[in-house]
Amino acid sequence: MASKYSKDLLLTMYRKMYLMRRFEERAGQQYGLGKIAGFCHLYIGQEAVAAGVEEAIRPDDYMLSGYRDHAQPLARGSDPGMVMAELFGRTGGYSKGKGGSMHIFDIENHFYGGYGIVGAQIGLAAGMAFASRYRNEDRITVCYFGDAAANQGIFHETLNMAVKWKLPVLYICENNRYGMGTAIARTSAVPEIHKRGEGFGMRHEAVDGMDVLKMYEAVKDAAAYIRAGNGPVLMEANTYRFRGHSMADPATYRTKQEVEDERKNDPIPRLKDYAIKQKLAKEEEFDAIEEEVKAQVDAAVKFADESPEPDLAELWKDTIVEEGEEDVRPRERVLGQKVTKWPKYPSGQELKVTWDLEPREQADKADKAAGLKR
Amino acid sequence: MAELMYREALNQALAEEMERDANVFLIGEEVGRYQGAFKVSQGLLDKFGSARIIDAPISELGFTGLGVGAAMVGLRPVVEMMTWNFAILAMDQIVNNAAKLRHMSGGQLRCPIVFRGPGGAGGRLSSQHSQALEANYAHFPGLKVIAPATPADAKGLLKSAIRDENPVIMIEGERLYALKGEVPEGEHIVPIGKADVKREGKDVSLITWSRMYYFCEEAAKQLEAEGISVEILDLRTLRPLDEEAILATVRKTNRAVVVEEGWPLAGVGAQVVDIIQSKAFDDLDAPVVRVTGLDVNMSYAANLENAIQPDAPKIIAAVKKVLYREGA
Repeated sequence: MASKYSKDLLLTMYRKMYLMRRFEERAGQQYGLGKIAGFCHLYIGQEAVAAGVEEAIRPDDYMLSGYRDHAQPLARGSDPGMVMAELFGRTGGYSKGKGGSMHIFDIENHFYGGYGIVGAQIGLAAGMAFASRYRNEDRITVCYFGDAAANQGIFHETLNMAVKWKLPVLYICENNRYGMGTAIARTSAVPEIHKRGEGFGMRHEAVDGMDVLKMYEAVKDAAAYIRAGNGPVLMEANTYRFRGHSMADPATYRTKQEVEDERKNDPIPRLKDYAIKQKLAKEEEFDAIEEEVKAQVDAAVKFADESPEPDLAELWKDTIVEEGEEDVRPRERVLGQKVTKWPKYPSGQELKVTWDLEPREQADKADKAAGLKR
Repeated sequence: MAELMYREALNQALAEEMERDANVFLIGEEVGRYQGAFKVSQGLLDKFGSARIIDAPISELGFTGLGVGAAMVGLRPVVEMMTWNFAILAMDQIVNNAAKLRHMSGGQLRCPIVFRGPGGAGGRLSSQHSQALEANYAHFPGLKVIAPATPADAKGLLKSAIRDENPVIMIEGERLYALKGEVPEGEHIVPIGKADVKREGKDVSLITWSRMYYFCEEAAKQLEAEGISVEILDLRTLRPLDEEAILATVRKTNRAVVVEEGWPLAGVGAQVVDIIQSKAFDDLDAPVVRVTGLDVNMSYAANLENAIQPDAPKIIAAVKKVLYREGA
């Protein structure tokens, strides 16, 4: 049977996954060399999730993540050199070296940040989705979070509002089975995170997060559902991180056997095998992509290494917006590239939305009939 | 000029700013159909509809996070805290997100949001509903903190806060909502960061904000009768502090008493004293004295509640102390 996927789609997803993998391997290496400090949470093993999501949504959809946030912006199209420079704490980074590993922001590409407090981005995502509905835009917000974040209060508080107000948000729980060093089953009454959507009357589903095509299909479907105004979706991508929680974690809480077994599921060779078996692409084409990506990552490390440390005067900038202060466009500042994708927000248009899902007139009438008044 | 209650002045500011900018919306518990727990949002639902006056579930952390997210993409939310006591549940979103977004993004993001609601003690509400928490927020870079004493300042500062490109914490006086004062109509703006000399004097400066201003006035009147001329500086903004105004009043009177409703340790008043001693030490004729709430939890019992809070007699005693008068 012929594949229903185009060669272009498969190669694009492969390129993105391979870029994430090589980038993260080099980041790990640079951490070992002392070029990167702090915490450095690698995404290795989880690439199918970000690659599948990215091809299934629109580039102008909003996205945010937790602290494992280097790879998702790469899938969006962020510059690998600027992400690496951020990890190095250099001026060439997206946040001029002020955010570091856990706080990658690339607003041009609609990546609204990584957040270091577990689950905190779940509330922000609802707000961004709220803004889309408020302005009658049809973009959705994709919010990544980990399995452990589902035990935070904000998860429950936000899901309740998201459903009640039909917010156009796709919550993707990347369940890699461990919240830092503790297996999720040890801390969660119901370790199948997606089932928690049930209590909020929310559409929910589990997906094999080690299979980029399954992710792609599931997200395409969910995004169409959300864009049509049906409200949020809770998707659990069952995935696995091949490395520890961060570079500081030797991951002794799981067996070698477990990791070896999971490595057999590696999404990157899986996609390659599929494409070759389907005769959609040849081995040499993958080799060529790999060579290109390797050179790209080498260049990224070189760019980061050559980028200067921030000036001490930078300490006093970017905390408060001073009066009349211009917005800073990172790509223009760092690479001298003219920015065309900087978001513009419509304002002042007539609002058609209501958050009160009970029709207002009906409620007023019922109040009046019952002798209630405001 | 119209005489308005403090709550009406706030209501007017909200209505005018919502009229001016469709990106401004109000969200909080009971702000809509109930018309506001303290009636600040009275009538706004009818005026602006349920698209912009939004009744939130009792989920402070959740709806605060939602507000911050909306501000990140260009809306201008006003998040009402039913009281600042409950906002402690929302502290993570205010402090870890709103205050730090601009820095962590290297200037890519702005977070134009106002968190507002009543603060302060009194009314026999015991420990959990009776606290002056402004020092908590004044501590964090990335936030602005305002605490107006009069209806006119309440209107002018709220309008500034809504137009500000940064997250602003507005602590209103829960005990001041029914207080009346003259409020200019229409475009009345009080800039954030500017203190106000509410009473001119030459012997001693009382430096204060919010409800404590009224105790200072009461003390000043009694002291004038004794021939002591009192200047009152209402800080109005607690972050950033108006250092110039603090130093100017101290240089004028050479004596200062700082009056604060909250607890003494790490209070805003401690910072005011530090500014004075480090920049105007040579102008001082006496050590600065602080009058603060007692360093205990608030009691329900009426006499204990009164004893915990600053009042005019405590302020008078402090003034006499810095003047080396009897009874101090």
